Amino acid sequence: MPRLSYRRALTRALGDELARDEAVFLLGEDVQVGASLVTTGLAKRFGTERVRDTPLSEQAFTSFATGAALAGLRPVIEFQIPSLLFLVFEQIVNHAHKFPLMTGGQCRVPVTYLVPGSGSRTGWAGQHSDHPYSLFAHVGVVTVVPATPADAYGLLVTAIRHDDPVVVFAPAGAMDVRDDVDDLVPVPLGRGRIHRFGDDVTVVAIGHLVHDAIAVAEELADQVSVEVFDPRTLYPFDIDGLTESVTRTGRLVVLDDGNRACGMAAEIIASVVERVRLLAPPRRVTRPDGAVLPFAPALDRAVQPGRDQLATAIHLTMKDGS
Amino acid sequence: MTDADPVRLYRTVRLIRRFEERAVELVHGGQIVGGIHPYLGQEGIAAGVCAALDADDVLAGTHRGHGHVLARGADPARMLAELCGRVTGLNAGRGGSMHAADLSIGVLGANAIVGASGAIITGAVWAHRRRGRDTVGVSFFGDGAVNEGMLLEAFNLAALWRVPVLFVCENNGYATTMPVAGAVAGSIAGRAAAFGIPAVGVDGQDPETVRVAACAAVDRMRAGGGPELIEARTYRFDVHHTFEHAVRLDDYRPPDEVTRGRARDPVRIQGERLTNTDRAAVDAEVEATLDAAVRFALSSPEPDPADALTYLYASGLTVRTGGG
Repeated sequence: MPRLSYRRALTRALGDELARDEAVFLLGEDVQVGASLVTTGLAKRFGTERVRDTPLSEQAFTSFATGAALAGLRPVIEFQIPSLLFLVFEQIVNHAHKFPLMTGGQCRVPVTYLVPGSGSRTGWAGQHSDHPYSLFAHVGVVTVVPATPADAYGLLVTAIRHDDPVVVFAPAGAMDVRDDVDDLVPVPLGRGRIHRFGDDVTVVAIGHLVHDAIAVAEELADQVSVEVFDPRTLYPFDIDGLTESVTRTGRLVVLDDGNRACGMAAEIIASVVERVRLLAPPRRVTRPDGAVLPFAPALDRAVQPGRDQLATAIHLTMKDGS
Repeated sequence: MTDADPVRLYRTVRLIRRFEERAVELVHGGQIVGGIHPYLGQEGIAAGVCAALDADDVLAGTHRGHGHVLARGADPARMLAELCGRVTGLNAGRGGSMHAADLSIGVLGANAIVGASGAIITGAVWAHRRRGRDTVGVSFFGDGAVNEGMLLEAFNLAALWRVPVLFVCENNGYATTMPVAGAVAGSIAGRAAAFGIPAVGVDGQDPETVRVAACAAVDRMRAGGGPELIEARTYRFDVHHTFEHAVRLDDYRPPDEVTRGRARDPVRIQGERLTNTDRAAVDAEVEATLDAAVRFALSSPEPDPADALTYLYASGLTVRTGGG
């Protein structure tokens, strides 16, 4: 069984889609050299017309992609830094996302915004370490956060083939994950995945945190039976899949690398408690309210959700419900 | 097309003029909600530029965008129905005045965000040409947009990648109430020059002058040239937005300036190039077209609230409702 890294899975997905569909092209900063180590080799293989380096004009090249999509192409933009999404929020949300409705269904805007290395990259400090996936889920842009190499491949392929804009967050904390991968196949949007079955509590973990949740579940295995649910897509969210899980376990903890207020964890909990009567109050482990990641490594780690916090939340929710 | 027929050019400016006057009436009558940004006085620019375009070309406009859509050849009845929020509108009643679009004729939409059209058109033209077409594009914007970074970034991209986009600045002297002198350091042409983009200034009140300048630019672009810029000096005859009819922002434009501005009327200027008979025939035909457009718009059904988000996703993704 071949070993594949998450990063290489993204490269494979880009290469396969560029090869499969002439309408696909890639643009972004330093993509020809492959500064993110994701687009490595693609310019040589597909040419610099289809793998285009851009000037540092994020707003213009994001809307350029919108225009190209309106004209029938399928652009993929790579953003090296997650916080650049703040700069182009206008172009994605107010233009690309709104065009189909505003034109009364005259067009589609199939653009993929790929963000390799989202979240903390330890030491990259305040302006390079955000994880703003909840913002896109809030405004209704399709948002995916794969946790594993197979899902990174499958969801990126699906995103590129999708007829609406999709933001693909590839967390820094997952980029070096390696897995044995048999089949590389498209993964449907809006369908979660249970990584580990359990009976007592459902832990929803997003992106790289899936691996932390699995580790904590194993550590606590002799005390509590933890189910780990990976939504994979945050919008649209697999609420049916999660409801099924929580209906069995009766307890819910959410592990989310976003800020607490108005975050993804809040939305997930609200969506579940609208449908399921829990045995204990749900809990969430997140970054603090309004967090800005400080530079010093110990401080950076201190504001990210951690395994100890998750273990504590699991214990508390078990205690509450007993 | 590169249409040099003075009658057709007159018809376009006359159509836009009367469309806008009828639309203002419908705003005051309550049939158009949310108001409009009338294109009155600026008709010669859309008419002249669009006369230089071919079928494969694309354009995007502004919040003051009715003229661009009509000059490109959209059905005035469906355009008016859109303004009235009817299902028969160009955008099925989902866009309204500031988002009117007709992609079937290359109108990628009016756009309510100042300076947004430049990069979108640059991408669309680049994509069409990659697919083997001889497309050129037009990005219309006002003098207010020349201080938007997004537009200046688009100048750079279009020039750098030699994408044939005609940037048309409709300089009507004011960004809402802010005069150009209070907002623009340097000059509009100077911004183009900074990116190596050839720029010309023209009298935007003369539709034929605009047409000739646009044809020359389009010819150069089709011959392999990069983007160009036309600064069309113009004057907005009426309000920035129809809300001004109620709040009466009288202070920002001196009365004698308004009188002088209105004296340079593109409809009159182009009309004088026709015989009285031809002009009367066009006027009558435009009136009949707009009578029919008003009847069509007002007799068209309103959209069903159950379908409010029907077109939200091209992929057909469905969403949760907002109710309890």
